[in-house]
Amino acid sequence: MTDLSKLTIASARDSLRRGEVSSVELTNAYLGAIEGSKSLNAFVHNTPEIAKVQAEAADKRIKAGDAPDMCGIPLGIKDLFCTKGVPSQAASGILAGFKPEYESTVTTQLFDAGAVMLGKLNMDEFAMGSSNETSVYGDAVNPWKVDDRNLTPGGSSGGSAAAVAADLCLGAAGTDTGGSIRQPAAFTGITGIKPTYGRVSRWGVVAFASSLDQAGPMTKDVRDAAIMLEAMCGYDAKDSTSANLEVPNFEAMLTGNIKGKVIGIPKEYHMDGMPAEIEKLWEDGTAMLKDAGAEIRDISLPHTKYALPAYYVIAPAEASSNLARYDGVRFGHRAKLAAGDGITEMYEKTRAEGFGSEVQRRVMVGTYVLSAGFYDAYYNRARKVRALIKRDFDQAFAAGVDAILTPATPSSAFGLGEMADVDPIKMYLNDVFTVTVNLAGLPGIAVPTGLDSKGLPLGLQLIGRPWEEGDLLNVAYCLEQAAGFVAKPQKWW
Amino acid sequence: MSIDTETARRVAKLARIKVEEDALPALAQEFSAILGFIEQLNEVDVEGIEPMTSVTPQRLVRRKDVVNDGGQQAAILKNAPDAREGFFAVPKVVE
Repeated sequence: MTDLSKLTIASARDSLRRGEVSSVELTNAYLGAIEGSKSLNAFVHNTPEIAKVQAEAADKRIKAGDAPDMCGIPLGIKDLFCTKGVPSQAASGILAGFKPEYESTVTTQLFDAGAVMLGKLNMDEFAMGSSNETSVYGDAVNPWKVDDRNLTPGGSSGGSAAAVAADLCLGAAGTDTGGSIRQPAAFTGITGIKPTYGRVSRWGVVAFASSLDQAGPMTKDVRDAAIMLEAMCGYDAKDSTSANLEVPNFEAMLTGNIKGKVIGIPKEYHMDGMPAEIEKLWEDGTAMLKDAGAEIRDISLPHTKYALPAYYVIAPAEASSNLARYDGVRFGHRAKLAAGDGITEMYEKTRAEGFGSEVQRRVMVGTYVLSAGFYDAYYNRARKVRALIKRDFDQAFAAGVDAILTPATPSSAFGLGEMADVDPIKMYLNDVFTVTVNLAGLPGIAVPTGLDSKGLPLGLQLIGRPWEEGDLLNVAYCLEQAAGFVAKPQKWW
Repeated sequence: MSIDTETARRVAKLARIKVEEDALPALAQEFSAILGFIEQLNEVDVEGIEPMTSVTPQRLVRRKDVVNDGGQQAAILKNAPDAREGFFAVPKVVE
C-alpha cells in the first residue's frame, strides 16, 4: 500500500509514469482516507464516481505515453469553483442545491491535464472569513492539534488546507481575495501561492471581490505548487481580465540559485504586539536567503498600515454588487412567502435566510460605502489609497528588489470558537500581511518554515514582481530547502 | 462616524436583506465599529491621486458585438427555484 503521507504531486507523477502505481490505486487510497476523515470536515461533497472515471481515463493516457504532469493526480476542489453537475455552493445556504450546468475554466484545465477530482472542499461562506467558521457546512478542523482544542485551519480555503495537510489529496485548488490561500497554508504547514491578478481565469469561480479574487494551488511543497500552478494558468477569453501571456514551465525555473537576487525586508511589517516567535521566524528566513547568496535590503512600504481599512471598503463594495445576483429567482434558495408577499419581500426574506451573518454584514457595509453621499468619502478614497499601496510596491521593484519577505500570519492557528466574541475587526487582522498583495495584484506565496513553541506550524510569505511567478517560486524553493520543514500533524482523526 | 438605527434600517433595505426591528441597534453598532476602523483612511494624503480602476495595466479586450452563445434555455432554467413554461416565475410584480 502506498504511504500517502510521503507522496507529492512530483513523486506521484514519476511513479505513475514508471508504472509503479496506477491512478485508480491512488484514487482509491485517497477516497479511503477521505472516508476516515469526517471529523476534519474538509471534504463536503465527495465525488467518487467522477474520480473513478477520471482515474481510469488517466491510466489510459499514462499507458499511451500521453501524460501531462497532472495526469492521474487526485485533487480536492474548493467549493467556490463551479463544477458541472456537482454541488457548488460557496459554502452558502443561498446556493443550496445549486448544481452548475457548466465547468469553471480552472477545473476544465485541470481535468484536461488529466487530474482527478475527489470532491469539493469546505471554506468560509463566499470566501468571507479567516477561520472557516462562517461555512454553512460547519467548521473545517485543522489536522494539527496540540491539546484538547480543535484548531482552525484558517480561511477562507480552510478545507483545502486541512485536506492537503492531512494527506486526503495531493493538492487542492484554492482562491485568495485577501489571504485565503496563504493564511490557511501557513496555519497547516503547507505551501500556497496566489498568482498575479489575471494569471488564472476567474470564469466559473463564484465571485466575491472581482478586482482581488485569484485562484491558486495549495500543495505539500514548492515544486508541487509550480507544477499545479502551471496547469491552472493561461489566457481565457471568458474572463475579461485574463492576461494573454505565455505560461512558462515553472518547475523548470526551480534552479535553487538565487545568487545576487535582492530580497526586500519591509520595515512596516514589524507590527506592534507581534509575537517574538514570528519576529524570530522572519529573521531566520532572512538569514537563510542571505546564506543562499541573496542580497538583503531594508525597504519601506509606507502605506501598509492602510491596506486593511482600504480592503474593508473595496472588498465589501464589490461583494455587495456581486452578491446582488442571489435573489431567489435564477438559482439556489428561495424563501417561503407569506400571503400577500411581493417580489421585494421575496428578495429580502430569501437573502436574510440564505446569507450567514458575516456575509450579510459585508454586503451591507458594501452597500453603505457605495450609497449616495458616501461613495466619494469611502469608496473613491479607498481606491486612491489602493493606488498608493500599489505604488509603494512599484517603487520597491523599480529600485531593484526582486522579492519581498514577510511573515505570512501574525500568529499560529487559534482555537475554533475563540474569536466568536471579539469584534469582527480582530478577525480581519489575520490578513494584515497578505491583503496588501491582493490590493497590488501581485503574486505571493506562503512557505512553512518552522514550528512555534506549542508545536504549530508557522509560515513566511514571499511577494514577487507581477507575472514573475517563476522567479518567486525559485526564491520560495530556496527558502524551503534551507528551512527543511518536514513536520506533519499526528493523526488523531 | 456613528451609525444610527435609522441608517442601519435604510442600508438593510437597500441591500434587500430583511433585518428584524430588534436586531437593528446591534447591527448599527457593528457598522459603527467597522466604519470607525475604515476612517483611518482619512489620514492619508490622496491629493492628486487617481482612484485605481485596474490593478494591472491591461486594456480590456474588445470583441465583435455579435451573439456568440445561446440556445440554452433548459440549462439556464435548470437551477431555478420556480420555472414555468420556459420562464423564471416570481411573485406578481405589476398590479
